[in-house]
Amino acid sequence: MSGHSTIHFKNPVVRWIDTRLPVISAMKVNALDFPTPKNLNYFWTFGGILTLFLGIQIVTGIVLAMHYTANVGLAFNSVEHIMRDVNYGWLLRYMHANGASFFFIAVYIHIFRGLYYGSYKAPRELLWMIGVVILLIMMATAFMGYVLPWGQMSFWGATVITNLFSAIPLVGTPIVEWLWGGFAVGNPTLNRFYSLHYLLPFVLAAVVFLHIWALHVPGNNNPSGVEVKSDKDTVPFHPYYTVKDSLAIVVFLLFYAAFVFYMPNYLGHTDNYIPANPLVTPAHIVPEWYFLPFYAILRAIPDKLGGVIAMFAAIGVLFILPWLDTSRVKSAAFRPLYRQFFWILVLVCIGLGYLGAKPAEGGYVIASRILTAYYFLHFLVILPLLGIFEKTRPLPASISESVLSKGSGGGAAAAAGAASAPENRG
Amino acid sequence: MAHAHTDTEETTRRDFLYIATGAVAAVGAGATLWPFIDQMNPDASVQALASIEVDISSIEVGQSLTVMWRGKPVFIRHRTEEEIKEADAVDISDLPDPLARNANLPANDEATDGNRAHGAESSRPEWLLMVGVCTHLGCVPLGEQGEYDGWFCPCHGSHYDTAGRIRKGPAPRNLDVPVYNFVSDTLVRVG
Amino acid sequence: MRQSKNNIMNLSRLAAAAIAGAALTGAIAASPVLAAGEQHALKDVAFSFEGPFGTFDRGQLQRGYKVYVEVCAGCHSLDLLAFRNLSQEGGPDFTPAQVRVLAEEFPREVLDGPDAFGDMFERPGKASDHFPPPFANEAAARASNNGAYPPDFSVLAKARHGGADYIYSLLTGYDEAPAHVEMREGMAYNPYFPGGQIAMAQPLSDEVVEYTDGSPMTVEQYSKDIAAFMMWAAEPKLEERKRIGFQVMVFLVVLAGLLYFTKQKLWRDVDH
Repeated sequence: MSGHSTIHFKNPVVRWIDTRLPVISAMKVNALDFPTPKNLNYFWTFGGILTLFLGIQIVTGIVLAMHYTANVGLAFNSVEHIMRDVNYGWLLRYMHANGASFFFIAVYIHIFRGLYYGSYKAPRELLWMIGVVILLIMMATAFMGYVLPWGQMSFWGATVITNLFSAIPLVGTPIVEWLWGGFAVGNPTLNRFYSLHYLLPFVLAAVVFLHIWALHVPGNNNPSGVEVKSDKDTVPFHPYYTVKDSLAIVVFLLFYAAFVFYMPNYLGHTDNYIPANPLVTPAHIVPEWYFLPFYAILRAIPDKLGGVIAMFAAIGVLFILPWLDTSRVKSAAFRPLYRQFFWILVLVCIGLGYLGAKPAEGGYVIASRILTAYYFLHFLVILPLLGIFEKTRPLPASISESVLSKGSGGGAAAAAGAASAPENRG
Repeated sequence: MAHAHTDTEETTRRDFLYIATGAVAAVGAGATLWPFIDQMNPDASVQALASIEVDISSIEVGQSLTVMWRGKPVFIRHRTEEEIKEADAVDISDLPDPLARNANLPANDEATDGNRAHGAESSRPEWLLMVGVCTHLGCVPLGEQGEYDGWFCPCHGSHYDTAGRIRKGPAPRNLDVPVYNFVSDTLVRVG
Repeated sequence: MRQSKNNIMNLSRLAAAAIAGAALTGAIAASPVLAAGEQHALKDVAFSFEGPFGTFDRGQLQRGYKVYVEVCAGCHSLDLLAFRNLSQEGGPDFTPAQVRVLAEEFPREVLDGPDAFGDMFERPGKASDHFPPPFANEAAARASNNGAYPPDFSVLAKARHGGADYIYSLLTGYDEAPAHVEMREGMAYNPYFPGGQIAMAQPLSDEVVEYTDGSPMTVEQYSKDIAAFMMWAAEPKLEERKRIGFQVMVFLVVLAGLLYFTKQKLWRDVDH
């Protein structure tokens, strides 16, 4: 990335800038001409969708910050002031709140794409780990952001989750009081969450830059899992993927707009329209939907510290995934056994999400424990064993070969999907 | 790389599609931009205009009261007969700014004393209400000072007369007269 | 042709994933968490503001406002609304002149001050004032209501599962307590309230509010009208939101179509 570019521009202004700071040639190389596998399916469009939504959250967040007041006596009313009095305030608020949900929908699809196609395997291990860091920063940002409206769920969700840190032996309570800035969640907590909530998205943007840089070293993975061998395997990113990504983005925006304009509070909690009251605990404290699987894992372990460790371990296990999965074959398209376990994992995660919203009683607890155990079993036992014992399908010699032999009626290996038939060879 | 068709019609159709798509996307982007700009405009609670009601019964002849209205000072002066006569006697053509600058009147009314001390529904010439912000660069002029017996702005030396009209100095316009109305003998509503 | 079939398949897989994702998140988010007394299934009212093209019924909002002023405002505040909201677009549509009168005639005056002597004083409301609360603070409210706190109405329709349907069900749901339920002192039985016992006695009765537009002066009608009013109070921008939403959806569908054909054209000669 350092040094002079070898591209020659015709425009003198562009040339002047680029010889002094090669941003324009960097753009050309990395965003326009970048050789991209030609067989990418629509599950590869979520990176672009995520970048857009980071932008949407930052821009709507900055304008909301012009009208929001972070003080326990004023916060709730300042949000209602935005909804009622600020020009288009209702739109900005609903865009930001639903934007967070759609940011997570996209990131979960993006992650499961990576799991299915082995995008975390060598030489993309660091790319994957940077992605897990992005997920962690997103979760911290979303958690703090939800506290800001200072509703009942804001306050009590903050109380429950920050209280978890008191489980740390010896230093737990001092740490929690340090986090709170007091002896309970209160005004100091709200103010520091506001400050950090504003800061982290920019940290996130920097990490996303690293994520894309790490991607551009080996180049994109693709649905066959077979690395790019020649020019015949790729097309330039522009216009092929700029246009395809734009299409996917607009379709995704259609779903987003449906929520923003017609069901803006559907993904939220009615309790958060009750101003925070430290004396009254809601009947059921529930985090936002995207945290529910982790919440289920947290509550599945009867021990407080154990629950915290399990919850963080659920993400920790993702960090070391490149070394847990011992298979040399990347794509689930050629791993019939792994493919089935993948879909079971998807169902398990959805199940955990469902259970996270239920009260921690009776059958729900038992189910949470079973699913939590299975989640760890998948990563820590099944994946290592599969790599050793699974009989994988023969891989195509190259990407271009794999797309040439695509027959009519679809379902070739280059396409995504659970039910893809093995491609015909020879 | 995609092969370009050599057929001209095909090219034209393809280009039209690309242009149409780009144009629609650009329109969408522009329309999306507007709420982000408009949200910085004064919101409904600000525009609701605190209109204030001021009790003027205790303002003696020759006295002024300054009240805050929409974040700015408003001078309410109970003028003497002399001040009114002095303002009346001025020839409009001698004024640097010949317009009344009165929100209660049409924009191009002249700056006669009668038009300066004119409310929304009625006028009482002994009452002069003006926004106390110098029309030069926004300082608050000082009352009963200056060469024209009105107001004097110490920042850059603008002199206003007994009807608040600029007579000397860098200020380009007469002091603005806000929307006001006498609700009763003792109560005036501003805004 | 082959390519576009695959593209349609892939696109529909993407759409299916997105729909599944949204549906699942919806299912998870919307799974009702049952309170310790199971909540009765709500009555369903076909409010005019429901659905993607719903709008408020002006007459209903005006009647609802009347119910609020004459029945509810004695205990329930409406802190976040100002009188001027009554004349803004998408609401009860009173004229500014009517709003001035409504503000002056509101059963309570507005607290203002300090005056020249440092004292606070009360004066009739203006359009720019927020609705003055019935009690100075929560403690005073509780003291006047047997320890119970009458919640503020500003966002109450969004703060309860079921929204306007819940409010309607609650107000029309008062009943004799069944034999097996032991009523606590001062409480009324209402199966729609979580727990079944509510500190508020039935506030409505037939003909308690006079309607001059011919609408029936029944508890049922009052309940519908006040529920609609409360929904407007909670979501005054509802009509504008749905109107702009329609324009956005149409625009996005058109753009998606254009992008789809652009993508098809571009990719036609690439094996993929």
